[in-house]
Amino acid sequence: MPIRTLTILLLLGASAAPLAADARDDAKKQVQFGIAVAQRGLWREAIYRWERAVQIDPKYAEALNDLAIAYEHEGDLEKARVAYEKALELEPNNALIKQNYELFKEINDRTTRKDSQDNQNP
Amino acid sequence: MTGRLARIARTTRILSSVAAILLIAGCTNYYEIPIETPIKPKLDVSAFQRVLVAGFIAGGTDDVDGNLETTRLLRSQLRTKSDLRVIDTDVLPLMEVANEDKGAPQEAKAESAKTDGKTDGATDGKEGKEGKGESKAETRGEAPQPSSPEKAPVIKDAKDLEPYEHVFADVEYWKKIGEEYQNPLIVTGTVMFTPHQRSGIVQREEEVYDSFGRRRVVPVRTYMERKGYILQPKFVFIDGRTGTVMHSENFREEVLYNANQSTPALSSYFELMDRLIPSFLSTLSSQKIKGTRVLLE
Repeated sequence: MPIRTLTILLLLGASAAPLAADARDDAKKQVQFGIAVAQRGLWREAIYRWERAVQIDPKYAEALNDLAIAYEHEGDLEKARVAYEKALELEPNNALIKQNYELFKEINDRTTRKDSQDNQNP
Repeated sequence: MTGRLARIARTTRILSSVAAILLIAGCTNYYEIPIETPIKPKLDVSAFQRVLVAGFIAGGTDDVDGNLETTRLLRSQLRTKSDLRVIDTDVLPLMEVANEDKGAPQEAKAESAKTDGKTDGATDGKEGKEGKGESKAETRGEAPQPSSPEKAPVIKDAKDLEPYEHVFADVEYWKKIGEEYQNPLIVTGTVMFTPHQRSGIVQREEEVYDSFGRRRVVPVRTYMERKGYILQPKFVFIDGRTGTVMHSENFREEVLYNANQSTPALSSYFELMDRLIPSFLSTLSSQKIKGTRVLLE
């Protein structure tokens, strides 16, 4: 009995690895297409592609990085922050994602700092 | 034999490092891309077609007329970088208005406001406010005001500004100004531009040459006397339709120069205002911040 369970688990494990690889391949195609359209200025289409990539493979840090950039370009700073932070959670040592996030934070902090400086009724 | 082995080991190490770099570069496809991040304006000014930079209560150094310079600068910036039409008119003598408000009883003030309203109507709202302020003081026969901005700046620091700040909450006054200029968005506030001096230990970089003539840059800590200016503006945005304050913002910027460097006050003023202008503009109109990011595959 334990041997049978072990065999089933091994088979499942063995089949899961190619599945994950397939998902990454599919997601990568979406990411590549997204990059191509973003380079032509079609950011909405790029967002759609990168969102699809993240749906297919939620652990794809590069897709989350690209999505964050697109949100930033569209002015959706809160969504950009969430995406950057997720990407860094997945790949905390990725220097390029870190660099993008630092640049984003500079802008984001500026806008939030301004808000805190303000007072509606002086 | 041992030397040969060492050489082989070294070559193997170099080759494996090169292979690792090539592998990383090959795996990571990245593309630099320019982006423009739009920043939404903080104030919804869609109800206004016109903006009146009315004037400022200014203090600090005598070398720069904070009221006039700030008004001019903001008008020119708004003219080119916002969709609002900028009203060109004389700068309001806000210190005089504030002093009148303090001195005059409420009833007299209301009466005076009414009279002024009529006068303004008769002149199609284009009359210079400087003259009006003077005539009001004359007709009332009030005691000489403590402030005469042209003669001696009574406002030396931020505390001195406080007695004048009530003018921004004078709904009746601003409503009247609003009616006069067809209900614009009114920009006013205070500007403190003060000289500043600081001495202490400063870290700077110095070139040194060693005995072989090689150049090195080393950090050196030295005692330095520096002087400069502090700019502290407060921008108040008033709804010309209601006379109420919609929004206000405080800023503070400072610049320090080497004590033996002589920098004109006006150039320091513009240097500091340059740093604030983007923040000021982003209150009224959406701004785009250009940058570069790296897309990853």
